[in-house]
Amino acid sequence: MKMRKMLAVTLLLAFVLVMASGCGNTNATKTDGAAATGTQAAAEPSEVVLGANFELSGPVAVYGQTKMNGVEIAIDEINKNGGILGKQVKLIKYDNKGDDAEALSLTTRLMTEDKIVTMLGPVTSGRVMVAVPVSAQFKIPLVTGSGTAPAITVADGKVNEYAFRVCYTDAYQGGLAGKFAATSLGGKTAAMLVNQNDDYSIGLAEAFKGTFEQNGGQVIEQVSFTNDDQNFNTALTKIIASNPDVLFVPAYYEQDALITKQARELGFTKPIIGGDGWDSADYLLQTAGAAALQEVYFVNHYFSGDSDPAVKAFVDAYAAKYNETPSSFSALGYDTAMFVKNAIEQAGSLDPVKIRDAMAATKDFQGITGNLTMGENHDPIKSAVVITFDKDGKPILKEKLQ
Amino acid sequence: MEQFYVFLQQMVNGLSLGSIYALIALGYTMVYGIIKLINFAHGDIYMVGAFVGYFAVNYLHLGFLGALGVAMAVCVVLGILIERIAYKPLRNATRIAALITAIGVSFLLEYTTVFALGAQSRAFPEVLSNVRIGLFGNKVFVTNKELLIYGVTLVLMILLQFIVKKTKTGKAMRAVAFDREAAMLMGVNIDNTISATFALGSALAGAAGVLVGIYYSAISPLMGVNPGLKAFVAAVLGGIGSIPGAALGGVVMGVIETMVIAYGQSTYRDAVAFAILIIILIIKPSGIFGSNAREKV
Amino acid sequence: MKRLLTRQNMIIAAVLLAVYLIVQTLLSVGIISAFYETNLVLGGIGVIMAVSLNLITGFAGQFTLGHAGFMAIGAYFSAVMTVKWGMPFVLALLGGSCLAAVMGFLIGLPTLRLKGDYLAIATLGMGEVIRVVLLNTKYVGGAAGLFGIPRLTNWTWIFVSAVVTVLCIRNLLWSSYGRACISVREDEVAAEIMGVDITRYKVLAFVVGAFFAGLGGGLYAHYYYFLQPGGFGFMKSIEYLVMVVLGGMGSMTGSVMAALALTVINIFLQSYAAIRMILYALLLIVIMIFRPEGLMGSKEFSSAMFSRFERRGDRGSAGGQ
Repeated sequence: MKMRKMLAVTLLLAFVLVMASGCGNTNATKTDGAAATGTQAAAEPSEVVLGANFELSGPVAVYGQTKMNGVEIAIDEINKNGGILGKQVKLIKYDNKGDDAEALSLTTRLMTEDKIVTMLGPVTSGRVMVAVPVSAQFKIPLVTGSGTAPAITVADGKVNEYAFRVCYTDAYQGGLAGKFAATSLGGKTAAMLVNQNDDYSIGLAEAFKGTFEQNGGQVIEQVSFTNDDQNFNTALTKIIASNPDVLFVPAYYEQDALITKQARELGFTKPIIGGDGWDSADYLLQTAGAAALQEVYFVNHYFSGDSDPAVKAFVDAYAAKYNETPSSFSALGYDTAMFVKNAIEQAGSLDPVKIRDAMAATKDFQGITGNLTMGENHDPIKSAVVITFDKDGKPILKEKLQ
Repeated sequence: MEQFYVFLQQMVNGLSLGSIYALIALGYTMVYGIIKLINFAHGDIYMVGAFVGYFAVNYLHLGFLGALGVAMAVCVVLGILIERIAYKPLRNATRIAALITAIGVSFLLEYTTVFALGAQSRAFPEVLSNVRIGLFGNKVFVTNKELLIYGVTLVLMILLQFIVKKTKTGKAMRAVAFDREAAMLMGVNIDNTISATFALGSALAGAAGVLVGIYYSAISPLMGVNPGLKAFVAAVLGGIGSIPGAALGGVVMGVIETMVIAYGQSTYRDAVAFAILIIILIIKPSGIFGSNAREKV
Repeated sequence: MKRLLTRQNMIIAAVLLAVYLIVQTLLSVGIISAFYETNLVLGGIGVIMAVSLNLITGFAGQFTLGHAGFMAIGAYFSAVMTVKWGMPFVLALLGGSCLAAVMGFLIGLPTLRLKGDYLAIATLGMGEVIRVVLLNTKYVGGAAGLFGIPRLTNWTWIFVSAVVTVLCIRNLLWSSYGRACISVREDEVAAEIMGVDITRYKVLAFVVGAFFAGLGGGLYAHYYYFLQPGGFGFMKSIEYLVMVVLGGMGSMTGSVMAALALTVINIFLQSYAAIRMILYALLLIVIMIFRPEGLMGSKEFSSAMFSRFERRGDRGSAGGQ
């Protein structure tokens, strides 16, 4: 009995300590925020308050966290170089756990309580869909770096005025991949391995099928998997039995690496094609190995080995801080923040409505992930590249697409 | 004939997937069978085992067996600590209360790891090279890692059965499972027996973590969530408290999932797999190997 | 009619009306900001879900892990009714709840033969089946989700629904049906020998629980604009189970308090983005170590409790057992 009480008290103490230390930190920033938005709100605020509503825990935590890494590098860089409009940037970060209710509640919190001028995120399309009506309600723009669902920007034929994205839509890159497979690789038949729980994966697969068949190919097999799968042998055995010329895998790099490895182990030597979810060259190499990566091609925003100084500076800064090469999520996170900075500077004001107008009018914004012009539908018009791997498993540029 | 070889290959795939479920379910069923705790943290101890193995190979430069040993040892300590701190005070509470605590422990392990190491996956170092073994004139393949997992699962199942049926500790475990009060009156040290159960279950989880890390060559802080759930399902399907049942439950699940993908609609895989589980349970309400204990009035 | 108008009932009605009016005024004046309004709604849905789950798990003693599945049915069906068929909100809410209840009946009849963890697995599986079927139904958007749902849920709907849920389940429990349900939890064999048709009462609890879970789902769908099958997975069921256990199995007021308390705790935890889940986990463990029977045990918080203090506990607890 005594032991039980002791343990309970120790646990409680530990809890209080953690709470207290956490409180110390956020209280400090909270008062800063209050000073910025409260007392000086009538005058000009002394800093630029941005909000981030990201999936930092829950099933897609890894994408939220990698993207947050990119955002933080951008914010550090902006603040080191004098901020935006001469003001320092303060980023208020929240974790929506990958939950819709939480994403809505936090969007409301950021836009009303925290008085942000623009919201970054969320990361996954579903959470963005929940946040979009809230941004329209409070007339504060949101920018997602990876919400690819078409309905985020256009619903029922109307543009969602306050929602923007800096990534491709599913249709665009899936379409490019399908065309590439049919023309550059000369594929006649294709199989697809699709994550049925993921609208990104399904969206890419539909678009791939469309352009691949337009260009004379045919999709002969489609097998589904789910988020938690690690073992793809069964699906791959079924696919190999149908003997396709190419295999299209619209998924994220963690599963892509396993799929590639297992496909090669089962003796599949034909090309494997993917989208920007594949972009974590380091992880692919470590997990799948160089031999398995031969004849792997994926559509991406940019090439991390690019000689462009901005890309190089970002890749170096990322490696210095996190000890790895950035994935496309990190690069898009960086670009999301930089895109917002660009828009605020173009607007010359911290008025969210003016920022929104500037976002919609963005032309030739030079980001890490390529040159970006905002289209009419708030979907960016961007260039794309196809990445493949050399004998040592290092990524190389295959071709530039338009 | 081609079709038949594809079927055989799919059987091999199903057995491999099932053996992994079985491997995790064996550790799970130790705790579950003996103190009837739905230990949601089991999957996370398995994750910790995988990470300990990862660090043991990368930083201590240990080989396969060394990493396995270190992972099991760390998990034993972790398991006993968790039992003493979080579960012991709840021993006389309802089972659902203990379940909520287990969920708390599970979140704690997951998100402490995420906080310390980040949520991203890591590549597990190659400590065993991959060898493909062709059968039937190279029509069907099985890898050495798959054989390793089959072997380990089988050996562990026999070993556990031996420990529980033949050793003194095992008899004490069964006595505690059957009637805790009576066992205590007969001089069984309840605390030590339950700790031993947790130690054994956690050691198995650690071993499974390292083996699965080697097999898939990828580990992540949230890798235990789904296997933890699957292990629970396998253990129940096999019959609560039955060690061969847990192993068989895992294999049955693996084969069902595989066959739905191979010969059915892969989009309905989880639904069909669960529907079959429900049907099995309706036909045999206490699992495949479960004893249909008569209730004493 | 006379029994309905007792002094106690009048006081309860007056308190409820006062709470509703005060919050409504604060909302319209803007003292309760938009952010806190979202939490009021979330808390209200939590109350409905927790109380209905408590009926199944806490009172009838049937351990289910698929409550979010019923919520999904209510949410999707009511959303389809308003978005695709243009029906009024009330009908949509009722329709969603009824369909959830029908599903509860169809699923409950075969699976409720199972006991304990076997039932838990079967209900867990049922939740997954519902999720996968929604995932593959193009009509409701599949994996991409159903969007464009109008926001019709507000404080009034939430408050009325929560009160109706609590009152209905309370009255059910205080009737002979409720006593039969509780007897099934306490000892199935004894109950059966005493002539209680145990399957009937288990299914009854399941159907009523599913009905109100469907109501919670309908309210949810019309507040969050958007539905995706992934939002109704196993973890959602666990979330509500946590509320029930923290509040006390077999205590309705406990469930209400736990649902509201967890919503408030969540507001605090939001500020600690990096460690919120760690804090939440520690909180669960510590609360369970200190109060394994939950906040209220199986007691109810009611005016009877106060009178009991006066009479120095010479009467038994009000509800529950």
